[in-house]
Amino acid sequence: MTAQTTMLDAEPGSTPIVFEEPRIRSRWSLLFRSGTFWVGAIITGFWACCAIFGPWVVPLDPFADDLMNTLGPPDALHWFGTDQLGRDVFSRVIVGARDILTIAPLATIVGTICGTIVGLVTGYFGGIVDMLVSRVIEVMVALPLIVVALLVLVALGPSTPAVIVVIGLVFTPLIGRTVRAAVQSERDLDYVDAAQIRGENALHIMFVEILPNVLPPILVEMTVRLGYAIFFVASLSFLGFGIQPPSPDWGLAISENYGVIAGGYWWTVAFAAGATGSLVVGVNLLAEGIHGALTG
Amino acid sequence: MGKAIGRFVLKRLGLAVLTLFLLSIVVFAGCMVLPGNVARAILGPFADQRAVDALNHQLGADRPALSLYWEWITKLLHGDMGTSYTFRAPVAPFVRDALVNSLKLAALAFVIVVPLSILGGIVAALFAGRWPDKLISLTSLSLTVIPEFVSSIALLLIFAIWLRWLPLSASFPADAGALTQIYYLLLPCLPLVIVLFGYFARMTRAGVVEAMASDYTRTAILKGLPRRTVIIRHVLRNALLPTITVIASQTSYLIGGLVVVEGLFRYQGIGSLILTAARGKDFPMLQGGILTIGALFIAAVLIADLIFLLVNPRTRTSLR
Repeated sequence: MTAQTTMLDAEPGSTPIVFEEPRIRSRWSLLFRSGTFWVGAIITGFWACCAIFGPWVVPLDPFADDLMNTLGPPDALHWFGTDQLGRDVFSRVIVGARDILTIAPLATIVGTICGTIVGLVTGYFGGIVDMLVSRVIEVMVALPLIVVALLVLVALGPSTPAVIVVIGLVFTPLIGRTVRAAVQSERDLDYVDAAQIRGENALHIMFVEILPNVLPPILVEMTVRLGYAIFFVASLSFLGFGIQPPSPDWGLAISENYGVIAGGYWWTVAFAAGATGSLVVGVNLLAEGIHGALTG
Repeated sequence: MGKAIGRFVLKRLGLAVLTLFLLSIVVFAGCMVLPGNVARAILGPFADQRAVDALNHQLGADRPALSLYWEWITKLLHGDMGTSYTFRAPVAPFVRDALVNSLKLAALAFVIVVPLSILGGIVAALFAGRWPDKLISLTSLSLTVIPEFVSSIALLLIFAIWLRWLPLSASFPADAGALTQIYYLLLPCLPLVIVLFGYFARMTRAGVVEAMASDYTRTAILKGLPRRTVIIRHVLRNALLPTITVIASQTSYLIGGLVVVEGLFRYQGIGSLILTAARGKDFPMLQGGILTIGALFIAAVLIADLIFLLVNPRTRTSLR
């Protein structure tokens, strides 16, 4: 973000549009040369494919019980073994990508949209609005996000829309804070003054003039938040307040089966844990790559 | 100078009280207003309306929200957190016992992670750009983002099931001595160590890199001081300051991790207290638990600010 500000400050008299194209092109090439980005993209892409095509490619029905063959170890038919209800763990791990990769991105989008609006308004107007929002943010960060989510989910009852709304809501002030900082450094630039003198209204200035210029930090924040969203959805599902049975979700699968690992049935949880870990790391590497390329 | 520091402390204290007040409203609203109907949330959507009304009346939840809040907050200020729905007993002793247990777990995690991550961060910064730096940075980035329940499962499978070195559950026998307690708490504290290591190591690294590039470090080197002296007396003294603030700000995160870890290892701490209360819709217990950790976090940040103030020569002079 600092690099971007100095870049804009360095050309005080020019309109940003002139410099827009080469800057963006060099950023893209930076992004594609980043190893971190590619490793993250491949891991995330793999799980995204599983989420989209999983139900058609898995060898066995991930929802079919087989009570004659419960807790079976990995073999030629059940590559990752079977769980307590005799369901095929391999098929469940593949299809398990679906719910988390639907809910987490949706929650991130909700949070990004609300956070961008909050950030634009507080950053552009400042003053009392700004002060109020800062207080609310301070209260929000005083509580662990997972606890805020628990509080609201107990009240609303756990359901998919509730999880999306809760995570979106929790992200709003955090994303709003980043957007606000970016908007504050744009607010005093010439193009904003020009728009004000032209007589454009505040809404036009915020969304048409400033928003395109603060998109890079918003994009970075969004990918970082996506990593956290996956973290939270998985953790909430594990605690029983997120994705509900009979979904093959990984967090849920671990919470259903970790009671039996003392008996040595490691395959019921190990693959789901590995899948969750790899997805979270993948998305974060992706975010790190984008962050590195966009902020220099 | 004493007066300036006093004023600063008072101001920070005032802000902390204000945040605490707002927090109490949020927690109260979350538990009382959001369900709209406490008894409905407890009894479920299919309960008879008469039963719901009766329970609401019995709990006193049919009165206006403002008077409920007033009653709750005045009791709270006298140390009364209300009566648990589940245990039909005062909440405060439960919260106190759980807090003691959680502090033990958190303290052990901190004792392990703070020296380890500071060392890791310093090593990474001194080798900036070379392989030890890349190794430490990439490992800490990857470890930090992995959910606690995933690392807990991995650690459980390795150390408790496969190698059988450590116990599966964290509940130590009632008469256990300090060493036995540490033995039982080692496994549950590791997932917290893993997550926190990344944050602390990255902050330390950033601080050290910045201090190494500063003018005073160059002056110290040009003055002909040995590298060892430059690093210990000039670089680290300045670089480790921000780490204090980061450590305090991660208290909230740590408690969030406790919810998962204590639940998983069946440890009777504040995290599992909140989790059990949430599952049982025990709202007084939930309010008590959440408000306690919020207050704890605000206190931690306040204390960190004060330590920062006392240790940092720059703020000391600017206040003079």
